[in-house]
Amino acid sequence: MAAADAGGGFDCIVIGGGHNGLVCATLLARGGRSVALFEANDLLGGAAATREFAAGFRVSACAHLLHSMPAALQRELRLQSYGFATAATGMASTALVADGAALAIGAADLAAADAAAYARYDARMRRLAAALAPMLSRAPPRLGTRRWSELAPLLELGWRVRRLGARDMRELLRIAGMNVYDLLEENFESAALKGALALDAVLGANLGPRSPGSVLTLLHRLAGECAAGAAGLTQPLGGMGGLCDALARAARAAGVTIRTSSPVARIEVEADRASGVVLEGGERIAAGAVISSADPKTTFLHLLGARHLDAGFVRRVTHFRSRGLAAKLHLALDRAPQFTGLIPGREAGRLLIAPSLQYIERAYNHAKYGEYSQAPVMEITVPTINDPGLAPAGGHVLSAIVQYAPYSLKGGWELQRGGFADLAIDTIARYAPGLRRSIVASELLSPPDLEREFRISGGHWHHGDMALDQFWMVRPVPGAAQYRTPLDGLFLCGAGCHPGGGVVGAAGRNAARQVLQQAA
Amino acid sequence: MARPEEHDAIVVGAGHNGLVAACYLARTGLKVLVLERNAYIGGAAVSRRLYRDFTYSNCSYVCSLLRPEIIRALELPRFGLQIIPYEGGCTLMGNGDHLAIYENHDALRREIARHSKRDAEAYERYSRDVMRQCKFIKPLLMRTPPDPASFRPRDIRELLFLARRFHGLGEERMYDTLRFWTMSAADFLDEYFESEIVKAHFAGSSIIGTALGPRSPGSAYVLLHHYMGDIDDTVGAWGFARGGMGAVSNALGASLQASGGSIRSSAAVARILVRGGRAGGVVLADGEQIAAPLVISNLDVRRTFLETMSAEDLPDEFLRQVRNFKIRGSSGKLNIALDGLPRFPAIPAGAPCSRGDMHVTDTLEMMERAYDDWKEGRWSRAPYIDMLIPSQLDPTMAPDGKHYMSVFVQYCPYALADGAWTDAKRRQFGDTVIETIARHSPNFKDLILHAEIRTPWDIENEVGLTEGNIFQGELTMDQLLFNRPIPGYAQYRTPVRGVYLCGSSTHPGGGVMGAPGANAARTVLEDLGRAH
Repeated sequence: MAAADAGGGFDCIVIGGGHNGLVCATLLARGGRSVALFEANDLLGGAAATREFAAGFRVSACAHLLHSMPAALQRELRLQSYGFATAATGMASTALVADGAALAIGAADLAAADAAAYARYDARMRRLAAALAPMLSRAPPRLGTRRWSELAPLLELGWRVRRLGARDMRELLRIAGMNVYDLLEENFESAALKGALALDAVLGANLGPRSPGSVLTLLHRLAGECAAGAAGLTQPLGGMGGLCDALARAARAAGVTIRTSSPVARIEVEADRASGVVLEGGERIAAGAVISSADPKTTFLHLLGARHLDAGFVRRVTHFRSRGLAAKLHLALDRAPQFTGLIPGREAGRLLIAPSLQYIERAYNHAKYGEYSQAPVMEITVPTINDPGLAPAGGHVLSAIVQYAPYSLKGGWELQRGGFADLAIDTIARYAPGLRRSIVASELLSPPDLEREFRISGGHWHHGDMALDQFWMVRPVPGAAQYRTPLDGLFLCGAGCHPGGGVVGAAGRNAARQVLQQAA
Repeated sequence: MARPEEHDAIVVGAGHNGLVAACYLARTGLKVLVLERNAYIGGAAVSRRLYRDFTYSNCSYVCSLLRPEIIRALELPRFGLQIIPYEGGCTLMGNGDHLAIYENHDALRREIARHSKRDAEAYERYSRDVMRQCKFIKPLLMRTPPDPASFRPRDIRELLFLARRFHGLGEERMYDTLRFWTMSAADFLDEYFESEIVKAHFAGSSIIGTALGPRSPGSAYVLLHHYMGDIDDTVGAWGFARGGMGAVSNALGASLQASGGSIRSSAAVARILVRGGRAGGVVLADGEQIAAPLVISNLDVRRTFLETMSAEDLPDEFLRQVRNFKIRGSSGKLNIALDGLPRFPAIPAGAPCSRGDMHVTDTLEMMERAYDDWKEGRWSRAPYIDMLIPSQLDPTMAPDGKHYMSVFVQYCPYALADGAWTDAKRRQFGDTVIETIARHSPNFKDLILHAEIRTPWDIENEVGLTEGNIFQGELTMDQLLFNRPIPGYAQYRTPVRGVYLCGSSTHPGGGVMGAPGANAARTVLEDLGRAH
């Protein structure tokens, strides 16, 4: 295709049609900007898409549950009016236990001591998370500035933390840097309960339960749940793609020009500011601002190029840790899986394989040395129970996040993908005998597969490790933590920014605000 | 039987921090009595004669962190403290090669370049950045941490002081500092170096005494904690105390006595007495009561509150937090009498790099795997070793021609997964260590005359450190600064008026630094209205 300027260009170009890109584009368009969004794949949604993985079987290709999308954002986008519907809300979590009754988390089958402790623990963690939750929808503060507006989030956080009262404040300051292993050991007896609660701290993270900082990732998730409001764990109708379809409709309704199958090859720079993009086909589109939902490494090192940035900043971007450790397993089944020891109805919720803290820690040990876990941990859903339309009549889909599966696997994934898939299936079969006989087709997406399919450098769900030194005002790197970048006119709006990954949308929204403020 | 109060203050435990606190108090004219359970003073800073004429620094073995302001204020050199600096250091590799550390900057650069040219360049950046962090933290060591949940003017003032200091770093450096305090040593080192041995060498100090691996977030801070002495501009660098680490304690003891303080050894405190809600004195194990209005405990926080005080004298919530304070045994120690100087073929005999600390490790992965063993309740099959032969520089440590070797071992658990420590297991642990060293020194085993093998369990029983933890509590983010040892009680005071803590359980933590003792004494004097 010949290089062409699409009629004088746009005010804003958004790179990537994942949920953050769509949210950002919609809000920019509603703010009065002319906006074009370019998505490399033929399908919108990025890592929040639903796609077919076996004839007639469809699945949320990456994230499979909604738990942290702020209720305020859903209202602001008017998602319901654009066709967003849920297949299930308030889904329960159940810890699978080999050769025994599964443990419903937070329910009455906790032993007396743990039940009382759980009520106390849960209430306190949610109080602490509630103090942090508003920070998810603010741009992180900048240090060393005298500008009030940029310091305000820091002061606000200080004020919110103080308002917790001395006891809770001290507890927050103590546990924020602590490991979840110790925190749970301080509170509970039951191995299954501790394992299940720890899983939420390490899901998608390069951490084991004993890694300091794992309480912060847990608090971060709880803060997200708090902002998400009453719906709780939610399965969108039609899978995660159902959400993105609604987001796309909202974007189009706001006037966003959306082009799929249009990979951006590079970001154009003129007079030291971003001036547009060039597509892989060679087409050149001008814009006053470019907002990238691609991960930071892709954005800065590949689309922009290090030569436009100073060496110190490039070094920081290079050091951004972004190698994923989570794989995704999809099984097409000819009947519903039968889990042993499960209270009827619970299979419609979230099933966890993380029978103890030691089990998770041992699974993590392997990842440190570039091996996959010999006994992996998992978050499993059977989405077809709540949404039969995802499979042919009578058929079912099992969707599992499987950890740990390091991006840089010794010996490479090509030769070992099958072995790991088998191991994962065997692990589930331990809790669901007969599973193997019901498998029609299977798919395992390792981090390099996710990298290829969704163009996320390192195949990392969060675009980069959620860790204390990559959090908030240092996420993804100092100098780009407020969605602005060192290059005028270039912004970030993806999961590599605060508040990170998961289908949250806050990064897209916060970034849109920065762009609108900047231009105003 | 109670006698009239002839003491203004009792210090429980004659470890270095107890002695430092006692010295500062005695210098203001207070009548101070230090009570020590063992027959000798020093706690974990001791020189012991356990085999013929050999002197073992059988717990702590390096004098690097002792604050120069304390050395000066207490006139320790006058009382016999003499520090002999290391001449170098090295890490011995499995393939027979090594990485040597030289005092001379150019020599060090050349040596690092031998392993990686790029790393030699990066080392400049690394040492500059680490020193910058040290400079930021050093002044905080001798200050009482503020309580962020308090509205007292003193705490607000101190918080503002910290904020200003932090702000003074400038924007970029502030972010660096935030990241540095929270990252893992492995990630930190990965940002500078490519060579495995260079990373492994510098990561050593991130795991010493700590139940963390080099990949655990927060371990970069531990690395720094050990560097704190490095930049000391007066005494300089890491060194041996002439006569062993007991020389530090003896100098402190002499300084104390010169100021009118007294020490009673073989006087184990069984109980800290509380009368009318405040400190009343102590009861010794033999039943003797000694009254005093101030009791300053050098014991760790668990031992102080759970074993020497009554639960009814303390709030429940406080006791729960004390029980939750993490004190984990993770280190072992071998003290070895040698018939001669062992040969290490990797390095030339008598080279400066053998006259300092010698490490045995190859990669971060090896160190991390050593940690994985500890998590499973067994000693590391391939342990990280930090060994020294002080007798090369200090002839008082061993008879002529013979040598004393101190071997610090990471990791060794306090409680084994397969049951209690036994003599046989202790020997097996010792053998693991000796075999590891012997792989680097062909004549090492033949030279061994005597070896004292100390597991965390042994250290607890002899020295009284809970779980044998050398820092009286993990140096993790949840137990530093205003969190150390208990949020709300990080200012050396306790829930009982007149009872104070002065050990390494308090800010700024362990190592033979003396800062907790000095800070505690300052707090006591403030409360007495005798602020300097």
